[in-house]
Amino acid sequence: MILPYSGAAKGRDQMIDAAIASFRALNPYAAGPMEQFEVLPIVPLTLGNIDVSFTNSSLWMVIGVGLIIAFFFAATSKRALIPGRLQSAAEILHEFVANLVRDTIGHDGKKFFPYVFTLFIFILVANYIGLIPSIPGSAHQFHVFTTTSHIIVTFALALLTIAIVVVYGFAKNGLKFLRLFAPSGLPLWLMPILVPIEVISFLSRPISLGVRLFANMLAGHIILKLFAMFVIMLLGAPAAFKALSIFPFLGSVAIFFLELLVAALQAYVFAILTCIYLSDAAHAADH
Amino acid sequence: MEVEAAKLIGAGIAAIPLAGAGVGLGLIFGNFLAGAFRNPSAAAANQQTMLLAFALTEFTGLLGFVIAMIILYAF
Amino acid sequence: MLTSIALFAAETAEAAEKAGLPQLNATSWPSQLFWLALTFGVLYFLMSTYFLPRIGAALEERRDRIADDLDKAAEGRRLAEETEAAYNRSLGEARARANVIAAETRDEVGAEIAGLQKEAEARLAEKSDAAEARISAMRASAATKVRDAATDTTRAIVEALIKESPVDAVVSAAVAKATGKV
Repeated sequence: MILPYSGAAKGRDQMIDAAIASFRALNPYAAGPMEQFEVLPIVPLTLGNIDVSFTNSSLWMVIGVGLIIAFFFAATSKRALIPGRLQSAAEILHEFVANLVRDTIGHDGKKFFPYVFTLFIFILVANYIGLIPSIPGSAHQFHVFTTTSHIIVTFALALLTIAIVVVYGFAKNGLKFLRLFAPSGLPLWLMPILVPIEVISFLSRPISLGVRLFANMLAGHIILKLFAMFVIMLLGAPAAFKALSIFPFLGSVAIFFLELLVAALQAYVFAILTCIYLSDAAHAADH
Repeated sequence: MEVEAAKLIGAGIAAIPLAGAGVGLGLIFGNFLAGAFRNPSAAAANQQTMLLAFALTEFTGLLGFVIAMIILYAF
Repeated sequence: MLTSIALFAAETAEAAEKAGLPQLNATSWPSQLFWLALTFGVLYFLMSTYFLPRIGAALEERRDRIADDLDKAAEGRRLAEETEAAYNRSLGEARARANVIAAETRDEVGAEIAGLQKEAEARLAEKSDAAEARISAMRASAATKVRDAATDTTRAIVEALIKESPVDAVVSAAVAKATGKV
């Protein structure tokens, strides 16, 4: 791609080249904000003729789940009457999700509690792992990877939730589950208009559920990366510009704190929306 | 017009929904705070609904962002 | 600086053009789905069968223990209240008994005093009766003696006047008449 620039700015172009070179030197693989989302195989694997290679995405999924298991193993090993720090944390998490499920779904929610809890903790840990900076100079496939920044992962989790909603809805209410699409007390002539709208709204649930998490993670990481890139670019520029690098740096710090909030909030929102959809399925016949 | 330029313009236009999302988020938090100041005892009970509304509103803005990304990179 | 950013954006776009949006690169999807299913499945299995029941049991145990302790405390309190009530009851009883004893003693002493008083009064009455009897006897004997003396005197006066001894009966009748007039 050729950008139009005047020949008089040749000296400046050399400086820019130097800036980009210094950026590349610091992190040879990070050429752009999208590079961090690239899935790279670590151990090639095939199952039949499907490629199920152990990739950096798989690596960080395994690390995340491993951390969760290690945490809960340490937290529940003693099962003391007066809980220690880890046990307290695990119990607070347990109570938090249990209250969420109880308040939203009600009595029927008990059997979904493990699912909602697993979903919540999986997404929470994946989001937070993505915020850990990579080790400088490490190979690209070992860079920290946000598994929830991939739409296929979030969409799969969303589809799983909706599949559970549909299966449970029909199992519990039979065909009365379809009342979900026809709110009671509706005049008959409105049905042809409202039922398709309700059906579309239901079908868009997995899309919005999956895309919300994916887009939040994608946007946050791209913006973080852009700010970080501006810092390095300005550091590579002449002394007059070097001082300016403090602004994108402060910006990236602020964005990082925002991302810490968003990471927890999106896990919470995913869990609560799952609960609301399950509650719809549990109480469809009452509508 | 070059396709490349059209892409960039399209991505820029696709970022406009962020304005609406910003207004919406402001309305949500502002109204929640107004309500919470009027009746602080009821604030905690409505926090969950507020966060939910936040997530739903934020999604409209993110859709714009996703569309911008798709325009930039997917075509 | 603007040029540098523009150039960088261009470089970025160029780099991305090669790969596209990595999320939309479908070749990595089977692997991601496979590992997601594996890790999420393992996590769900461990959570639902081991960790969550354990935490739930620990919470339940604590809740039971707290309820137990509260029950125990309530029991202790009930006992304390009972003891206090018993104490109050016995205190009341003792007070009542003391009152009864005091009243009895008072009555006894009062009766004794009354008896002694009556006795003394009886003795006094006896003495005064005896004295009165003596006085009246004396008075009677004195009156007889006075009448005898008057009779004698009358007889003597009459003897001296008429030189004759009057009949006793007449004299005494006259004296009686005279004294009765007095």
